[in-house]
Amino acid sequence: MSNSFRTTNSIGLINKDKKINFTFNGTIYHGYEGDTLASALIANGVHLVGRSFKYHRPRGFLGVGVEEPNAMVQLHDGNKSEPNIIATEVELVEGLKAKSQNCWPSVQFDIGEINNVLNRFFPAGFYYKTFMWPKSFWMKIYEPFIRKAAGMGKAPLLPDPDRYEHNYEHCDVLVVGSGPSGLASALAAAKNGARVILAEDKPNFGGSLLTDEVTIGNMSGKEWASDTISQLKSMPNVILKKRSQVFGYYDHNMTVMIERVSDHIENPSKYTPRQRLHYIRAGEVIVSTGSIERPISFGNNDRPGIVLASAAKEYMKVYETLVGKKPIIFTNNDTAYSTALEFIKNDIEPIIVDTRDSSNGELVKEVQQKGISIKFNSGIADTKGHLKINSAIIGKLDSSKESFISEETVECDCICMSGGWTPTVHLSSQAGNKLKFNEDIDAFVPDKKRQKETAIGAANGSFTLNQSLAEGFQVGFDLSNKFTDQNNPTNSPNSNEPSYEKHEKLWCMPLPSGKKPKRFIDFQNDVAVSDVELAIREGFRSIEHVKRYTTLGMAGDQGKTSNLNGLQYVSKIEKKIVPEVGHTTFRPPYTPVTIGAIVGREVGNHYLPTRKSPIHTWHEENNAVFVAAGLWQRPRYYPRGSEDMNSAVNREAANVRKNVGICDVTTLGKIDIKGPDAPEFLNRVYTNAWLKLPVGKARYGVMLREDGMVFDDGTTSRLSENHFHMTTTTAQAANVLSHLEYYLQVVWPDLDVNVLSTTEQWSGIAVAGPKSRDLLSKLFPDVDMSNEGLPFMGLVDSSIDGIKARIYRISFSGELAYEVNVESNYGLYMWKKIMEVGQSFDIQPYGTEALSTLRIEMGHVAGAELDGRTIPFDVGLNSMVSQKKDFIGKRSLSKDAFTESDRQTIVGLVPLDKKTKIPEGSHIIEDNSAVAPIPKLGHVSSSCWSVEYNNPFSIAIIKDGKNKIGKNLYAVSPLKDISIPVEVVSSHYVDPEGSRVRS
Amino acid sequence: MLEIKCPYCGKRSQNEFSYGGDATIKRPQLGEEISTEDWDNFVYYRDNPRGKHSELWHHVSGCRQWFKVSRDTATHEIFDTCKMNEDFNV
Ligand SMILES: [Zn+2]
Repeated sequence: MSNSFRTTNSIGLINKDKKINFTFNGTIYHGYEGDTLASALIANGVHLVGRSFKYHRPRGFLGVGVEEPNAMVQLHDGNKSEPNIIATEVELVEGLKAKSQNCWPSVQFDIGEINNVLNRFFPAGFYYKTFMWPKSFWMKIYEPFIRKAAGMGKAPLLPDPDRYEHNYEHCDVLVVGSGPSGLASALAAAKNGARVILAEDKPNFGGSLLTDEVTIGNMSGKEWASDTISQLKSMPNVILKKRSQVFGYYDHNMTVMIERVSDHIENPSKYTPRQRLHYIRAGEVIVSTGSIERPISFGNNDRPGIVLASAAKEYMKVYETLVGKKPIIFTNNDTAYSTALEFIKNDIEPIIVDTRDSSNGELVKEVQQKGISIKFNSGIADTKGHLKINSAIIGKLDSSKESFISEETVECDCICMSGGWTPTVHLSSQAGNKLKFNEDIDAFVPDKKRQKETAIGAANGSFTLNQSLAEGFQVGFDLSNKFTDQNNPTNSPNSNEPSYEKHEKLWCMPLPSGKKPKRFIDFQNDVAVSDVELAIREGFRSIEHVKRYTTLGMAGDQGKTSNLNGLQYVSKIEKKIVPEVGHTTFRPPYTPVTIGAIVGREVGNHYLPTRKSPIHTWHEENNAVFVAAGLWQRPRYYPRGSEDMNSAVNREAANVRKNVGICDVTTLGKIDIKGPDAPEFLNRVYTNAWLKLPVGKARYGVMLREDGMVFDDGTTSRLSENHFHMTTTTAQAANVLSHLEYYLQVVWPDLDVNVLSTTEQWSGIAVAGPKSRDLLSKLFPDVDMSNEGLPFMGLVDSSIDGIKARIYRISFSGELAYEVNVESNYGLYMWKKIMEVGQSFDIQPYGTEALSTLRIEMGHVAGAELDGRTIPFDVGLNSMVSQKKDFIGKRSLSKDAFTESDRQTIVGLVPLDKKTKIPEGSHIIEDNSAVAPIPKLGHVSSSCWSVEYNNPFSIAIIKDGKNKIGKNLYAVSPLKDISIPVEVVSSHYVDPEGSRVRS
Repeated sequence: MLEIKCPYCGKRSQNEFSYGGDATIKRPQLGEEISTEDWDNFVYYRDNPRGKHSELWHHVSGCRQWFKVSRDTATHEIFDTCKMNEDFNV
C-alpha cells in the first residue's frame, strides 16, 4: 500500500518529487515534502491512529489542523520522545517515528477496548461516584487504578536534549491568523505605517484562501494570498511568523506564541532552537482566527474514516490526498458541497445526505447539475466497521426530525460531515471578552471587549469573503491609526464567491430504531450524548457543572469541535435557548504546548547567575567543597586527603579556636549609607542606639519588622560623620536594601539619606583565632593592633603594596577576630597575602560549616533562629532593645503575647550520652512515654559538634527556656524515628562572658 | 503579565517590579502613643477591595524607586501611576 490515496493532480502544496520516509507503529511509509503526518498516513490508507481516552475505541482523523481531537500520537524515541502530539500538526520529516498511544498491546488489538463493552460502567461522573467510598480504599486501590486507566501518551523519562528559547516582542498590531481577514488587516495596518506581527499556525499563509474557490480582484484567492504575503514580506515594519500559534491571551495585551522553529527540519543546526516561545506585548490584537467546522452527533460517529468535510477538502486541495474513495457527504448546510465538488473533480461520485428539506445554494445546484442526486431530509443513523468505517445506515427523517421513518445500509469508506461553522473565539474569550450568541450562525461571537482586542472575519461570525475582507481592511486601518499619523487607508478589492443558503439547526441525529449506539459530542474526552443527558438528569444544571461532570470540552481540546454541540444539546433538553445556557470559559493554552518551550533556557541552574567571590579560584585550587548560599557559591569545607566532612569541619573549627583561621565572607550584604540624616535613620531602623556611635567604630545592630519579629542583624560602622557602612546577612541582603528604600522613599521621605548596595564592591576576609592579632600585626606593621590601638568593634584604614584595606575588629566566631575588607579586585591578592604570612601561625581556611560550628557554640543567632517567628526576647537579644527611643517594630513588642514570660526562648542542648547528634528540626518534649498528642515545647534550630567540648551541641527555642536550664528533656525526630535524652544548658556554651573577643 | 508604567522609567513588564501593598496606609508617627487596636490595624489589617485599589510597587530590577499604582483588582486595569510625592490624575 503505497500512497494509493493520492490524487493525480498537483494543485496542492506538496512536492511529489521529494519523498520522505517515516515510521508509524513500526511500519515504514513514505510521504512527500509538504505533508503532515496525518496527510501522509491517510495517503497510505491508514486511518486508525489511536484509541480513545475512556473507552479505548478505535479512532482516526477527524480534522486537518489544530481542531483534531483524536489523532494524538507519541513522537520519536528515548530522550526526544513526546506524547499527545496532534498528527495533523506534525510536518513530515525524514526518519520521523510516530506511534499510537493509549493502546496495548497494539492499536489494532487493544485490551482496554473492554472498557467499551463495559461502557455502562463508565458513564459521566463515574469517577466521582465510584471512588468516593470507602476512604481507606483511596491510596491502595482507587488511585493505582485511575493512574493505570488515565492518561494518554507516556511522558519521557530522560532529560529533554533540545533547546528552547524565549523571545520578547513588541508591536503596534498583532494579527493572529492569515486567512482573508487577517491578511487584509495586516496589509492595511502595515501600509498605514504600524509595526505589525502576523502569526499563522500552519506552514503556509492563507487560511481558507488555500482551499476555497474564490476570486479577489483579478486573482484567485490563493494567488491573492501569496501576492499579499510578498507585499508584507517586503515591508520593514512587518514580522511574518508561520508555524506559530498564539495560544494564550493574558493581561495588558500580553499574548504568548509558540513557534515551531526546527521540528520540520531534518538536521537542524545545533544553534537552532527546536521551538521558540514569544511573549508579544501588542498595542492592539486582531483576532482573525477563522472558524472550525462542527461535527454532527450520530450513532458511532467516531469510527476511523469519519472526518469533517472541510478537512476532507483540505486533504484533497493542499495535500493531494483522498480520505476515501467511496465517500458519503453528510451535512446540514451548503459548505460541505464544495467538498463534494472536489471529489467529483477527482472522478469520485459522493453520496450526499442533507438533513434539510432542500437548498438552492449555488454549490448545491452545481452538484445537482453534475448529475448527483442528493438525499435531502435524511441523516446518518449509525455506522459499521470495526477498525475503519465500511458502511453507514442512512435514515429518512420524519417531519419533526426526531426519528427516522426508514433506514438503508450504504457501503462507504468515509463520511465527510459538516454541522456548520463555529467562530474560533478562544483568544477573545481568554482576553476577557463577554461573548454574545449570534442566532444567524448559531454560535457565540466576541462582543464586549475588556482588552485591546478586535475579532474580525469568521472569528467574528462574518462568514462571507466580502465581509471578511471589508472588516479586515477597515479594522487594520482604524487600529493602526492609533499608532501612526499617516492616515493612509487601503481599499478592499472586489471579491467573488458562491452564495450559501442557511444551515439547519440540527446537530444530533435520532437513534436508529431498536439500538442505542453512542453518539459522540466530544471525541477527545469520550463524551457522548447519553453522558450529557445523564448529567442533566442527575441535576447538574450550570453548564460549568455539566462540563466538569462529563469532562466535555476540557483539557487540550478546549472544546474546539465539541463546545457548541454540547451547548446545543443541553439547551435542547433544558428547553432553553443557548444564550441562557451560557458557555464555559476558554482557557489557555489554545493548543498543547511542550513543557520544554515554557521552561525555555531556564534549565539546569534555571538560568540564574552564579555568584562567585573574587577568591573563588583559590578555593577551587585548594580542594574546597562548595555549597550554594542563594546565588553564591561558598566553600563549605576544605577536606585534606581522605577526610570526610565531619573531620574536616572539626579540624577547621578547632584550628580557629587554637590558632587562626581564614574565611571568605565576601558574600555578606553591604550597604553604603550617606547623608546628614543617616544616624537618625539607623536609629529608627535598628533596635539599639546609633546617634552617638563615634566615627571609626562599628556596632552590632538588630532590625525588626513592624510586627516585632527580628528581620536581620549585622555590624554597621561609622566611616565619617554622615557616612556608614552597613553589613547584612548573606540571605537577607536584597530584602534589607528594599526595606531601607521603602522607609526612605515611602515612610520618611523627609530624611536626607541615600542607600546603595556595595556588596559587589568589597571583598571581605575574616581572620579569626587567638593568633589573628599577631598575624595581622606582621602583615600591617604600620597599624597598632594592640587592644588599645584597635579595640573590639574598632576599625582602621591601612594599605599594603598600595592596596587600601579596611580592618574591622569584629567577630562572628567568638574568638579574637578581624575582618579585612579590600576592593573586590584585590580580594584574591589579599587572601593570598594573609595565607602567606599566616603559614607561621598555622593558619587554615575554614568554610561555612566550621563558621556555623563556631557561631553555634557561642550561641550567636543566625537565620535558623531568626526565622520570622522570633522577637528579640526569644533569641536572647533583649539587651539590644533600646527603651529610650522608638524604632521600626517597637510598638509590637509591648503587645500582650510578646510580653509573656514563658515565651519560647533560646537555650542550648547537650545529649546526655555526649555522643548522639541532635537532628535540626527535632521537637523538644518533656515526657518521652506520654501518649500522643504530646505537648511540644519547641524545636531544635541549629546543631553542631562542639570542638571546644568534643560533644554534640544544639541551639533550641523552647517554651520558658530560661527556667528549663539544668533540666533533662527529650529531642525527638519522628521522621528519623529517634528520641534523644538531652540536658538544657545556656545557649552561650563557649566563653559565655565574651572575654575572648575582647582579649 | 501586567505592564506597569514606572513614573521614572516608563512602561515595563511586571517581572521587573515587586508589589508593596496598600499605598494609603500611613505609618504612625515615631514615639506616638497608640492603642494596640490602632497599631494592629496598621500592621495587619488591610482592605481587600474588588475594584480600584491604590497600591505601592517597587521597581526592583530597574530604578529601585517605590511609587504608587491605581489598579482595578478585578480587571487589572491600571488607571494611573505616580511618584510617591504626587497624586493620581484619575
Ligand atoms: Zn523605574
